[in-house]
Amino acid sequence: MHTEDPTAVLVAAARQGDEAAFEALVRATYAQTYTLALRLTGDEEDASDVVQESYLRAYKGLARFRGDAQFTTWLYRITANCATTHLGRRHRRRTDHLADDATVVDRDPGGDPAAQAEAGALRGRLEGALAELPPKLRAVVVLRDVYDMPHEAIAAELGISVSAAKVRLHRARRKLREVLFPLPGEPGEPGDHEERTHAM
Amino acid sequence: MRCDEVAELLPAAADGIVPGGLRGLAHSPGVGLEDRSARRHVEHCVRCQAELVQYRRLLRTLHGLRTEVLEPAPGLLADILATLEAAGERQAVRSLLTGRRVAYVGGIAAAATAGAAGAILLATRTRRRPLAS
Repeated sequence: MHTEDPTAVLVAAARQGDEAAFEALVRATYAQTYTLALRLTGDEEDASDVVQESYLRAYKGLARFRGDAQFTTWLYRITANCATTHLGRRHRRRTDHLADDATVVDRDPGGDPAAQAEAGALRGRLEGALAELPPKLRAVVVLRDVYDMPHEAIAAELGISVSAAKVRLHRARRKLREVLFPLPGEPGEPGDHEERTHAM
Repeated sequence: MRCDEVAELLPAAADGIVPGGLRGLAHSPGVGLEDRSARRHVEHCVRCQAELVQYRRLLRTLHGLRTEVLEPAPGLLADILATLEAAGERQAVRSLLTGRRVAYVGGIAAAATAGAAGAILLATRTRRRPLAS
């Protein structure tokens, strides 16, 4: 078991049937789990449903958690899987936007205020660009580039092949880069063809 | 290689980022590119260098989202705990019913065994009873 995992003691107690310990685990992690769920689903109501389902699955499957990864890593995999199932069931609304009024709490404050403001603005634009991505691309880039999940785990939880996960990641990064940091001659701008065929 | 061919490799090449920013980039613009000709292209192409820098900036910003927490609706925690409590109760009822079923089946089995043992005993005694002389 990873001794650096602050939830390890609670997990051990919860595995022994200590319901108060599991409740403490929920209290300690539910905001982060909700954040992931919201980033994956793009909808507050869906995210809340996904979070409840995720903890239910975690509660029922706690005996199978071996402690070879952090509890949150295991929980995030469950959340990714639940979100995929949930989005698969959902055939309604296609307005997958992160709620504009969602309160953001930076858990790593500090540093130069001007740089912080600039970084905050960039993060805001990134959140907007993520929300505009198709859900399938968004899920892969969020799990890989925000939560550092390995390609294999992403593929397993989303029910796709590893190569498909890599292709989606490639497309997602390219779309995000084009939106956030467009270069001269990007699609839609004059002179694109000439610039993109420069040979070395 | 041409820029449009190299551009296809840049999103994956951006993973070669080192913590602490882009300090190493000035000395090795093509770091992260496995393809040697692509790396050579990037080393001499300002446009592709700029694009690679932007991909790395994008990845740093994405990594930065990890520390952010979006505040959930106030009732979410209560909803989660209620769901878990309901599941816990269902589980308890199920195990209780399972336990009762086991006791019930066990009781029947014990009664049947006792009955069979009694019948055997009775039959044995009947057979051993000496004939009246």
